[in-house]
Amino acid sequence: MSNAVELRSLSKSFEKVKALDDVSFDVAEGELFGLVGPDGAGKTTLFRILTTLLVPDKGSATVCGLDVVKDLWAIRSRVGYMPGGFALYPDLSVAENLEFFAAVFGTTVEKGYELIAPIYRQIEPFKDRRAEALSGGMKQKLALSCALVHRPDILLLDEPTTGVDAVSRREFWDQLGNLKASGLTIVVSTPYMDEALRCDRVALIHSGKILEIDPPGAVGRRYPLPLLSVTGGERFELLRALREFPEAHAVYLFGDELHYTDKRAEVSAQAIAAEVQEYLAQRGHTDAQVAPISAGIEDSFMELMGGAPPPTAAAA
Amino acid sequence: MQTLRYLLRKEFLQVFRDRMMVTQLLLMPIIQLLLLGNAATFEVKTSRMYVVDRDHSETSRGLIDRMQASRRFNVVGASPSMDVANDWMLRRKTDVILSIPADLERDIVRTRNGAIQLVLNAEDGAAAGVTQSYAAQIIGAYANELGAELMPKVSGHPIEVRARGWYNPDLDYRDYMVPGILVQLVTVVGTLMAAMNIVREKELGTLDQLSVTPLSQSTFMAAKLIPFWVIALVELTLGLLVARFVFHVPMLGSIALVFGAAAVYLIAALGIGLFISTLVDTQQQAMFVTFFIIMVYLLMSGLFTPVRSMPDWAQWMAQFNPVKHFIEIMRAVLLKGATPRDVARPIGILAVFGVVALTLAIREYGRRIG
Repeated sequence: MSNAVELRSLSKSFEKVKALDDVSFDVAEGELFGLVGPDGAGKTTLFRILTTLLVPDKGSATVCGLDVVKDLWAIRSRVGYMPGGFALYPDLSVAENLEFFAAVFGTTVEKGYELIAPIYRQIEPFKDRRAEALSGGMKQKLALSCALVHRPDILLLDEPTTGVDAVSRREFWDQLGNLKASGLTIVVSTPYMDEALRCDRVALIHSGKILEIDPPGAVGRRYPLPLLSVTGGERFELLRALREFPEAHAVYLFGDELHYTDKRAEVSAQAIAAEVQEYLAQRGHTDAQVAPISAGIEDSFMELMGGAPPPTAAAA
Repeated sequence: MQTLRYLLRKEFLQVFRDRMMVTQLLLMPIIQLLLLGNAATFEVKTSRMYVVDRDHSETSRGLIDRMQASRRFNVVGASPSMDVANDWMLRRKTDVILSIPADLERDIVRTRNGAIQLVLNAEDGAAAGVTQSYAAQIIGAYANELGAELMPKVSGHPIEVRARGWYNPDLDYRDYMVPGILVQLVTVVGTLMAAMNIVREKELGTLDQLSVTPLSQSTFMAAKLIPFWVIALVELTLGLLVARFVFHVPMLGSIALVFGAAAVYLIAALGIGLFISTLVDTQQQAMFVTFFIIMVYLLMSGLFTPVRSMPDWAQWMAQFNPVKHFIEIMRAVLLKGATPRDVARPIGILAVFGVVALTLAIREYGRRIG
C-alpha cells in the first residue's frame, strides 16, 4: 500500500522564523492522521505546503504520489482543503456556496451528493440562508461539504473545530470517522488534545519540529519519568509547595488537579507518592491526595515541549 | 467556459446583493456630476467692490455705474478714505477696491489719459485673475466710450483684441469639467472595486480555497475583471446620460469612440486595481493605497489645472498618467468632435498601460500564490 502523504526533510522559513524544521513523516492511505500542537507550531504552514500554496525551502513532499512543486495542478484537483476559519462567501447562500465550489471543480452538486449527503443533509433545510447567518457548527458543516463536493482522494483540514461548540465538535469527529470508514485519507490539525485521541496516529508538533508520532494511546506510554496526580487543598499553594520540592521535574495545573513529574526515573512511582505526601503534610497540606497516574497525551506534550509552562502555571 | 460563467454569476450576485454597493453605483455618478459639475468651476459670478471715489465727477460716476451694471461687481461700500477700504479688504468684507483719484475727469479732458487703481484680494489667484479681466474689459470699454465722445475724429478705429473661444464658445467651465469628472468616476469605481474585491477574498480565506482547485489563473482573473469592466462601463453610460440631459454638455464626437476608448482605459484602471490587490492584505490597506494613487493621478491629470502650466517634471510624469490621456480623449471627442485618428495616439498609450498593468498584476499574483 502506498502512502497518501510523504514528507522528507521539509523546511520552510519566513524571514527569521523557522516555521518548519526538517519535518519527515508518512501518512498511509485511508489513515486519519492528526497534527497536534499549539498556535504557531507550524501546522498551517505544513497544510499550505501540502495544498501547493507554499513552496518549501528544503526537502520534498508528495500528496497522492504527486510532487507538491512539480505536479501542483494535478494535486489541486485531487485534494479537499478546508482552511482555518471556514473560507465561505458570507453573502452567498448555503446552496450557492456549495454550487460555486462544485462548479470551480468542474462538477455539480448532484455528482458529489452521495459523499456529502450525511453532512449536507443537516444544513439543507437552511440552504437559502446566507452563510454569514449560520452558526459556527453549521458553517463548519458547509465548509466540509464544499471541500468534499468534488470527491477528493484526500481531505486536508486545518483546525476545523476552532470556534465551534462542543456538541458540533463531537458530531464533526463522528463524521470524520464515517469518511475514514469510506476509505478517505484525512489529515487534520487541532489544538485540542481530546480530539487527538480520535485519530489513528498523531504527530506532536512544536516550533516547526515533529516531536513524536504515535497512535494516541501510545503517546503517553513513552513518558519517561514517574508522574503523580495531586488534589485537595488550595491549588496555587500546592503548586508552589510542589515546585519547591527538590526532586520536582515539572508541576502543572491540569484542570482541578496538579500533575507532578519527578526527576528520578529509577524510583517507583508508589515510593515517590508516599514521599511527596509526607513533604506536603510537613508544609501544612494535610488533606492533599497523591496518587501515581499514567501519562496522557497532554503530559507528553508538555514534556516534549521542554517544560514551557502553560499560562495557568505562569499566573501562579 | 462553463466555469467562467459560474464565476461571473457569483461576482454579479455578490455585487447586486450588496445594497450599499448598488445604491452607491447608481447614485455616485449622479451626485458627483451634480456636485462637481456645478461647483468645480473657475467662473467668478459676482465680486464685492468697495469704491473710493475722490473725483465725484460725471466720469467717475459713469465708471461706477458701468461696473455695477455689468452685474460682475456689486458695490458694497464707498468712502473717500483708502484706509477704510483697506480695512474692509482685510476683514474680507470686499474682494475689490476701485480707487478713483481726484481730477480724473480733468486729466482725461486735458490729456486723454487718466489713472485709476484696482486692488484685488489675490488669496485665490485664479479668482483674482478672472475678476481683474472682467474689470479690465469694463474699464476698457468705458475708456473707448469716453474717447469716442471726446474726440471722435482723432481715435478713429482703435485696435481691438477680441477673444473668441473655440470648441467651448461660451467658455462654459461645466462643459470642460464634466468629461473629466466622468473619467474620475469610472476610475474610482473600476480601480477601487477591483482592488477591494480580491483583497476581500484574501480576508475571507476564499482566495486560498480557490487556489486549491483546478481553476486557472487566467479564468480567475477574467472572472474578476469582466464584472467591474462591465459595471464601470454602465457607470460611464449613466454619467454620459446625466451630462447630456442635465448639463447639456455638447457631444460632438462619436459616442462609440468614447466607449471604445473607455473599454481600453478600463483595462489599465482595473489592472492597476488588481496589482494593488496583490500587494496588500486587508481591504483597508487596499483603500488607502488606491486612494493615494488615484489622488495623485487625478491632481496631475489636468482635470483641475492644465498640464501645460505644470513644471517640466510634472508634465513629463503626466505622460505616464493614464487618467490624463483618457481625460484628453474624452474632452477631445466630446467637445471637439475628434475622430479615431485624432485620438489614436493616446488610445495606443492607454492600451500599452493596460497590457503592462495586467501583466504585472498576473505575474505578481502568480508569485504570491507560489
